Amino acid sequence: MEKLFALLNLALQNITGYIYPNEVELHWNILIVIYPYITGLVAGAFILASLERVFNVKEVQPTYRLSLLTAFAFLIVAPLPLQAHLTRPERGIHIFLTPHLQSAMAMFGFVYLWYLMAVLLLEIWFDYRESIIHWSRSETGVKKIIYKILSLGTSDVSDKSIALDRKIGKFITVIGIPSAFLLHGYVGFIFGSVKANPWWSSVLMPIVFLFSAIVSGIAMVLLIYMVSNFLRGRKNDMPCLDKLGSYLLYMMLIDFSLEALDFIQRLYEAEESIKILSQMVRSKLFISLVVAQVIIGTVIPILSLALVKMIRSAEKFRRAVYFIAAILVQIGIFSIRWNVVIGGQLFSKSFRGLTVYKVELFGIEGLLTAIGLLVLPFVILFILVKLLPPWSDRKAVVNS
Amino acid sequence: MTKNQTAQTRREFLKRCLQIVPAAALVPLSAQAFAAEGYDPTQHDYGMGIDVHKCIGCGLCVQACKIENQVPQQPFYFRTWIERYTIPVEGEILVDSPNGGSQGFPPNPLDPKEVMRTYFVPKLCNHCAKPPCVQVCPVGATFVSRDGVVLMDPDYCIGCRYCIQACPYGARFMNPVTRATDKCNFCYHRITKGLLPACVEVCPTQARIFGELTQRPNPLARFRRVNKIQVLKPALNTEPKVFYANLDGEVR
Repeated sequence: MEKLFALLNLALQNITGYIYPNEVELHWNILIVIYPYITGLVAGAFILASLERVFNVKEVQPTYRLSLLTAFAFLIVAPLPLQAHLTRPERGIHIFLTPHLQSAMAMFGFVYLWYLMAVLLLEIWFDYRESIIHWSRSETGVKKIIYKILSLGTSDVSDKSIALDRKIGKFITVIGIPSAFLLHGYVGFIFGSVKANPWWSSVLMPIVFLFSAIVSGIAMVLLIYMVSNFLRGRKNDMPCLDKLGSYLLYMMLIDFSLEALDFIQRLYEAEESIKILSQMVRSKLFISLVVAQVIIGTVIPILSLALVKMIRSAEKFRRAVYFIAAILVQIGIFSIRWNVVIGGQLFSKSFRGLTVYKVELFGIEGLLTAIGLLVLPFVILFILVKLLPPWSDRKAVVNS
Repeated sequence: MTKNQTAQTRREFLKRCLQIVPAAALVPLSAQAFAAEGYDPTQHDYGMGIDVHKCIGCGLCVQACKIENQVPQQPFYFRTWIERYTIPVEGEILVDSPNGGSQGFPPNPLDPKEVMRTYFVPKLCNHCAKPPCVQVCPVGATFVSRDGVVLMDPDYCIGCRYCIQACPYGARFMNPVTRATDKCNFCYHRITKGLLPACVEVCPTQARIFGELTQRPNPLARFRRVNKIQVLKPALNTEPKVFYANLDGEVR
């Protein structure tokens, strides 16, 4: 507790203007920043997967299974930052046992379970069923047992049953798209519905969250696809990369337009809070909003993606552009989450002052935990990829 | 303690358990758990009045509240606090609340000639009729009791702090001792015994008036009858039940 008081005393000395005395402590910290970031990646990766399934975008087929596994790996980690951030983590289960139905947060458990159980797990299982059965026959030892269990007792690989798998898979994806929208739109609603906070309170918030989620998901799958091809010594499928690059560009244009619209509207309406908010953007959020989010994370990737789309260029150059743009997009989307979550708490609800946020290094709500939680999905993904190889080259071998 | 006594106390203990367990299962979480015995919440509808003209910024209310409710003494935790507004002849309005105003206020930094007006505003939970904090609590740990008081169950709070984000008045804080959100409850343990909240009890100028909204006659009814009343941030439609008289438009 003494450490907390020392931190708060430090914050107290760095306040500008007037804030309510209870506002010295900033409550939603870096863990709550990574929560919407991770959830966004889940929704985005799933929507990318649905492009192939529902909208018949055949070029992105090489990333279909990878997108599903990526969504799954991130979805497993999504509730951990929330749980770690509770001051009473042992009571977290109350959200499921006695949910307060009017609370947006209480619905998290149900939206999450729906998405995990009814959408992702089912879709992955139906898509992999045939391969799992093949692997359960061809593999040996522990792996054989695992695949036997994963096959859930099915062994029918007739054309009829595979056609049924495809049909069910497509049906689940059709349900999955609104579910993915719900999952991340809902995360936006958690912030957008707080009327006490003018930085958050906006009807556009769920929509902006959604499109930024799609952007981050496409960019993340693109990165994972390129890196895994590099590690496996395989060539990137260029039409697939080009298509991913194009979709990334379109989604970024929508996302950026929405955010610009929100920004212009706020500026033009110039409500009571505008003075303190612009003061915040000009001082505390300048680096993370103007530099990281807008310039590095949005304008540069949009321009470079548009450039390779408009002028004919070498494959090598395009690959480099896609790779760098996808990394910059991740920086940009992380900054968006930071600017929403932390920015929304840096100004006083008295609209008369600003406070500070210093990230702790250690401790359950510190930087190291956050980094750990960001690395964890990749570890899970690595295991998943080992267990359920998503590569189409491997699938072809199995099928032949 | 003899063997017999031990057996007796053990028997009594088990007996009590048998009485308590079904009783606890039958009584849902309600204000009853926090109220004095024999108290009937349906017979009350509480609110508070604050006369800004009368507040002298002595800080006794803040001190009394901290002692009465075991609020940590550090300057980041307040169930009630006092703000000082200084409106200069020219320039920006100054607001301060050093240590929540608990030790009074230092002399005004401005030259008296430069000051147009200055006044103190006591703040606390507004016990809104439409409380955003209650709306967002994912587990129902905070709720409106039948007598209109917004209560907080520290033994059920999971510490997500959504309520702190949702409160437009900065009235909630995370209690580092209980690790649950904390806020003013009108000294519920006192008012259910017919006593006044600690802050009202100690106020030397009667700037704070505690009473009922619907029952007459009572001090709050009179306060609302004779004064022009305002509430904080009315545009947010939270319908506060802390009523201010002589409140300046600059107060947020």
